[in-house]
Amino acid sequence: MAGNPCSMKVRAKVKIDNVKKVFAGRNGETVALNGVNFNIEENEFICVVGPSGCGKSTLLNIIAGLEEPTEGKVYVDDKEVKGTGAERGVVFQQYALFPWLTVRKNIEFGLKLKNLRQDEIDRITKRYLDMVDLKEFAESYPKELSGGMKQRVAIARAYAVNPKVLLMDEPFGALDAQSRTQLQSELLKTWEEERKTCFFITHDVDEAIILAQRVVIMSARPGRVKEVVDVDITYPRTQETKMTKKFLELKRYIWGNVYQEYLAVRK
Amino acid sequence: MRKQGKLTDLMSHVPNWVWLLISLVMGFMVWQLLADTPKTSIVFASPKEIVLAFIKEEKLHTIWTNIGISLFRVLAGFAIGFVVAIPIAFLMGWYKIFRNLVEPWIQFIRNIPPIAYIPLIIAGVGVGERAKVTVIFIATFLVMVVSIYQGVRNVDETLIKAAKILGANNRVIFLKVVVPASIPFILVGVRLGLAAALTTLVAAEMTGASSGLGMMVWSAGQYFDMPVVLLGIIIIGIIGLIFEEIVKFLERRLTGWQETHVA
Ligand SMILES: Nc1ncnc2c1ncn2[C@@H]1O[C@H](COP(=O)(O)OP(=O)(O)OP(=O)(O)O)[C@@H](O)[C@H]1O
Ligand SMILES: [Mg+2]
Repeated sequence: MAGNPCSMKVRAKVKIDNVKKVFAGRNGETVALNGVNFNIEENEFICVVGPSGCGKSTLLNIIAGLEEPTEGKVYVDDKEVKGTGAERGVVFQQYALFPWLTVRKNIEFGLKLKNLRQDEIDRITKRYLDMVDLKEFAESYPKELSGGMKQRVAIARAYAVNPKVLLMDEPFGALDAQSRTQLQSELLKTWEEERKTCFFITHDVDEAIILAQRVVIMSARPGRVKEVVDVDITYPRTQETKMTKKFLELKRYIWGNVYQEYLAVRK
Repeated sequence: MRKQGKLTDLMSHVPNWVWLLISLVMGFMVWQLLADTPKTSIVFASPKEIVLAFIKEEKLHTIWTNIGISLFRVLAGFAIGFVVAIPIAFLMGWYKIFRNLVEPWIQFIRNIPPIAYIPLIIAGVGVGERAKVTVIFIATFLVMVVSIYQGVRNVDETLIKAAKILGANNRVIFLKVVVPASIPFILVGVRLGLAAALTTLVAAEMTGASSGLGMMVWSAGQYFDMPVVLLGIIIIGIIGLIFEEIVKFLERRLTGWQETHVA
């Protein structure tokens, strides 16, 4: 690109440039992140693992524009992140559905703010209700849904506004093992079709490997990038992939690496 | 133990309305007993005497006038209290400066029984209807502003974040997230406000009024006319129950989406 002397081989969708975050609390300052650098490429699926409290959510909030970095910057498409923006969608661990709105109205929420025509809104809503397989529950309220169904609605709601980057903070963390694998498979399938750039936080090393092209391992607080591991397993991936030799090798390697950080936290 | 198990099992099959009936019949029996016992009969007029008192007051039309005027005072005071409490509660919840300036005063005033301001109010607006409505307004306003404000403050932070992410500006966040999330608390406020209105009404009418249920109870008491006193008390109780049912109905209609109910 013209005017950019140090352009890279692949265009970075998200550039995290030397981000530091310090929280001022009652018992002094907490350095949550210190010098975090990495890029998320266009169409890439990146997973982030690391011990609890290492600043994963903080980093996601900064990319989302919900928090400001103390130092450093985040760029999306070479534009500095300032506040939230429609090109960045978020799926929260606690679902964050509006309990007074039906499933359909939840999915429509962001679309209505875009001033689309009603028939356009209806078309998009239907598409994403289909994607998450919740057509029959369109008129239900969140309290009538299981945890897995709620998270599907949240994913549909995030997809519906068509963000360029999807940020997910342990979206399956509160689910039982079965719903979790099911939602992993669904998310994989959607990603394999659409290749939407994804930044996905998890505690579960299996989940990170099955989903991601690259796994970012973060160190104990103050969080920084300890290592980035390429997952050279081709898509389409299925749950069977978890039994392959390659997968198990990666799992041993990443898990060992993360475990050292867990130990560091306990010290 | 087994027998008891069977008994509780049997009891759980009795429908609620049957329980209500049993409870009412028992209540009336105790009441009649108290009315027949010489020591307590001075206070407890028998159910029959109360019915007679009702018929007598009905003929004179005073009972309807008293109910009407009391209801008017309660509803007028409550309505003004509600209309004023809503914007103030939302302003307090939304703007920190406003909250910091106003909250200490509300906390201070709300611990004072509203009856205590009656002399001030009479000095200010006289002894007429305005005095009663004003007392009830103050009482309901204070109760409602506190509970609605708490609702506005306790809106789930992640919902506000989620709305922001989906492109909502402050106006949309307020109208589409803060307001609906506060509705359960508004209804709690309405419930507490109506209860406070009724309590304050009776007290206010007892301190000087020429009509109303509180006055009716008070003046009948002066003549030891216990049937009328009890009649008044029962009517006040029924009005309270009706208010409660109306709020419950609104809750079912407006907050059915809630996972768990507040208060
Ligand atoms: N708003 C805040 N104010 C003060 N400190 C905060 C705030 N948010 C996070 N922190 C601190 O920053 C550090 C990182 O928190 P963060 O939530 O990002 O961790 P995490 O990696 O997401 O942890 P987990 O895996 O448990 O979700 C923690 O020590 C936390 O206490
Ligand atoms: Mg977190």
